[in-house]
Amino acid sequence: MIRQINRVTAAIVVLLLALIINLSYIQVFKAGDLRGQAGNQRVTLTEYSRERGPILLASEAIAESTPTSDALKYLREYPDGSTYASITGFYSLVYGATGIESEANNILAGNDSRFFVDRLQQLFANREPKGGAIRLTIDPDAQVAAMKALNGRTGAVVAIDPTTGAILALASSPSFDPNLLSSHDAGDIQANYEELNADTNQPLLNRPIAMTLPPGSTFKLVTAAAALESGNYVANTELPGPKQINLPGTDVQLGNWNDKSCGPGDVTTLQAALEISCNTAFAWLGMELGADAISEQAQKFGFESEFEVPMTAAISRFPVDPNKPQTAMSAIGQFDVRATALQMAMVAAGIANDGVVMNPYLISQVLGPDLTVLQNTNPSAFGRAMSVENSKILRDMMVGVVQNGTATKAAISGVTVGGKTGTAENAPGEPAHAWFVGLAPSDKSKVAVAVVLQNGGGATEVSGNSLAAPIAAAVMRAVLKQ
Amino acid sequence: MSETLNRYRVSTRRSAELALLVGAWLIGVFAWILVDSATGETSLGGWTSLLSAGVLLLITHGAVRWQAPYADPLLLPSVAALNMLGLAMIHRLDIAAAQRAISNGSPMPTPDVYLQLTWMLVGLVAFILVLSFVGDHRRLQRFTFTAGFAGIALLFLPLLPFIGSEVNGARLWINFLGFTFQPGELAKVALTIFFAGFLVTRRHSLALVHKKILGVGVPRAKDVGPLLLVWFAALLVLILERDLGTSLLLFGLFIVMLYVATGRRSWVLIGGSLLTVGGGLAYQAFGHVRVRFDVWLDPFADANGSGFQIVQSLYGFANGGIFGTGWGQGYPQLVPFAKTDFITSALGEELGLMGMIAILLLFAIVVERGARAAVATRDPFGNLLAIGLTTVIGLQTFIVIGGVTRLVPLTGLTTPFLSYGGSSLVANYIIIALLIRISNAARAPEVTDAELVLRQDGEGND
Repeated sequence: MIRQINRVTAAIVVLLLALIINLSYIQVFKAGDLRGQAGNQRVTLTEYSRERGPILLASEAIAESTPTSDALKYLREYPDGSTYASITGFYSLVYGATGIESEANNILAGNDSRFFVDRLQQLFANREPKGGAIRLTIDPDAQVAAMKALNGRTGAVVAIDPTTGAILALASSPSFDPNLLSSHDAGDIQANYEELNADTNQPLLNRPIAMTLPPGSTFKLVTAAAALESGNYVANTELPGPKQINLPGTDVQLGNWNDKSCGPGDVTTLQAALEISCNTAFAWLGMELGADAISEQAQKFGFESEFEVPMTAAISRFPVDPNKPQTAMSAIGQFDVRATALQMAMVAAGIANDGVVMNPYLISQVLGPDLTVLQNTNPSAFGRAMSVENSKILRDMMVGVVQNGTATKAAISGVTVGGKTGTAENAPGEPAHAWFVGLAPSDKSKVAVAVVLQNGGGATEVSGNSLAAPIAAAVMRAVLKQ
Repeated sequence: MSETLNRYRVSTRRSAELALLVGAWLIGVFAWILVDSATGETSLGGWTSLLSAGVLLLITHGAVRWQAPYADPLLLPSVAALNMLGLAMIHRLDIAAAQRAISNGSPMPTPDVYLQLTWMLVGLVAFILVLSFVGDHRRLQRFTFTAGFAGIALLFLPLLPFIGSEVNGARLWINFLGFTFQPGELAKVALTIFFAGFLVTRRHSLALVHKKILGVGVPRAKDVGPLLLVWFAALLVLILERDLGTSLLLFGLFIVMLYVATGRRSWVLIGGSLLTVGGGLAYQAFGHVRVRFDVWLDPFADANGSGFQIVQSLYGFANGGIFGTGWGQGYPQLVPFAKTDFITSALGEELGLMGMIAILLLFAIVVERGARAAVATRDPFGNLLAIGLTTVIGLQTFIVIGGVTRLVPLTGLTTPFLSYGGSSLVANYIIIALLIRISNAARAPEVTDAELVLRQDGEGND
């Protein structure tokens, strides 16, 4: 019996040994796989238990983590949530993260390899690990001015520093409060999200970068740039500007917005056509230049390219191989031309920056947990869109638009503002989109701006000058501290 | 008395036991302090709980010193350490439940650790009573058939109307005076006594080959009949109660004791084939067995449904890694039934592989010390009973930890001494009391005249 007892004991010890071997397999070799499994809440929870770094403007924090007493040790808070929601995005237990919260997650959560030394120090000092911080290019005055001027109407504003590409304002309206989605109560989060998601005004849509619309007459800047760059046109080159023109091969008569001829004897100049936004002259110009030339010019401003600011912006499009009437319509920003507010701001910024388009960006600095600077963003050029001389000519033409033309409401006293309005036709029966694209001051520009009110933001009479230009003026004034 | 004289010659090792017991208590104290400091929680329990546990262990040590002075000095401290670790983890999970209640705004749950402490008290009282009233383990042999009937009756209790209750699809509990009790836990002790008592008298005849069926020697029906009757009755009841874990445990226990008693390896083979055939039939016949088995093969196929428990358990172990997250710093509350069946997932997460190895070593010490008592005791009944009781603890540990780590299909059992649950704690303390009693007999100096008389009595008893 003793021998059997010893064998049984050995067998049980072998079983316990098998448990240890199996545990080693799970806890050491298989652990990485298991941690990475979708649906493993522990990764999220570990992230929540660490103090997430703040998202900063020049001085103030627009997203920060505050300690709580519950199991998820920190609560993500957005002090002025709805003003900056299109930038910060949200950080949610249930729906993950969006915006900067998502794009800069490795920094904010402290997972970035640059924090390795910090983490070691924290480990030895027995301090709670903490994430890094992000400083943004956003000018709070400009952002607040933009949100205030939009005043809940459906639309978007983008303001860019033309010399660097730094985004000064990125406003989306109507907005939402990310605090609604960052609480620790999954039920609340779900209810709030479903309500926001069901809202027909789409508050969760990041309009300035995610929404493409026909840019309407603001696109005439691109057509004008293509004309200047062709070398065959200058500001006072004469163009035909009748009350209406026939689109070749169709019986469609394209008219001007005011149903009038663009000049005595149906003749106008490039400058005058831009000032009064003459459709017939630009449609004719588009057909003269050809779709390829306009498309190429559009691409130099950033159409057909994907920009990461770091959120990925929707690609703005110029139609592929349009026929003559389609080219005519595209030249005035109709037909299948689609652009984001960001793209139209980049057009203005390229013109403002002596023809060089800078890559737009939101993150100016990456900071460590102790707010020491780990990395400064170096501005980079996307490319040259036009020559220095032509950009100067186009800027002067834009100043004319504000001083003598259709964008008088963008004027700021004491500053030479250049701009271009747009009223983009939409599907029949739907109100047009009101656009304004501008820059200020015209020499050594400090700000380029694009404003769009989707379907006129609900106004009955849609006009870029009356609806969009005042918003742009408010934002530009805020940037210029006027 | 010659006993008094012998004390000078044979070391009782009681001081070693006391020192180790203090160490075991301190493990619990440090664990508790770490839990409180990591979670920032001070309102729940604390020193009163720890001190009462310490006093209970001290009193138990006194009882051993008095009733079984030559007992193995490692058995009690090992299980006390496990018990203290279990208390700390239950306390830690109480805190998680309280935090959850705060963040949900729901009413505060009653901490389970106090009830577990109460059960520890009941368990240690049972321990002392068993140690006091069973002055000689050989007397238990007189109760062979009583134990057999008691075992079956205990298993049968939850099936009765009114007192029986069903939890999570298994009918294992009885409600009695407001307490819930799992009689299956006590049944395993009673049945071990029955198997040991029955087998020790029939082992020679069982070992004799009566005739061969399919080349395998089979004993006479009258030798094996009562044994099979009790065993089948036990399994039948367990199948009705859907208690896979206890079925597996009793099956394994039966095979082991048959093997030890007869010395015939064919029993292991027969047992192995029966397990395969029985398992196959159960897979075909019972939906819940099929689900368990399929989940074992691929838990991630239905990670949010039938595989949820085991998947969450594996996530817990993985999160712990080698060194664990530390007390109070993991998320063991995410695993369902973390206080009971899945307490090792909780410990594996917060103490890591190192902690799990330490815990399994504690179980290995219990097994080794139990086996040592089994080998060293001078009577065959004691040999069988001790290895049976040791097997119960070792096998139960393997079945439950193997289950939550997906080494074997998950069947649902408590982890001895660690899990929340009174019946399990009481039954396992009774097992340790019996092992300590047997080890005392084994280590005590040579038999006295009085003991010789007793032994002769015992042999002539059935």
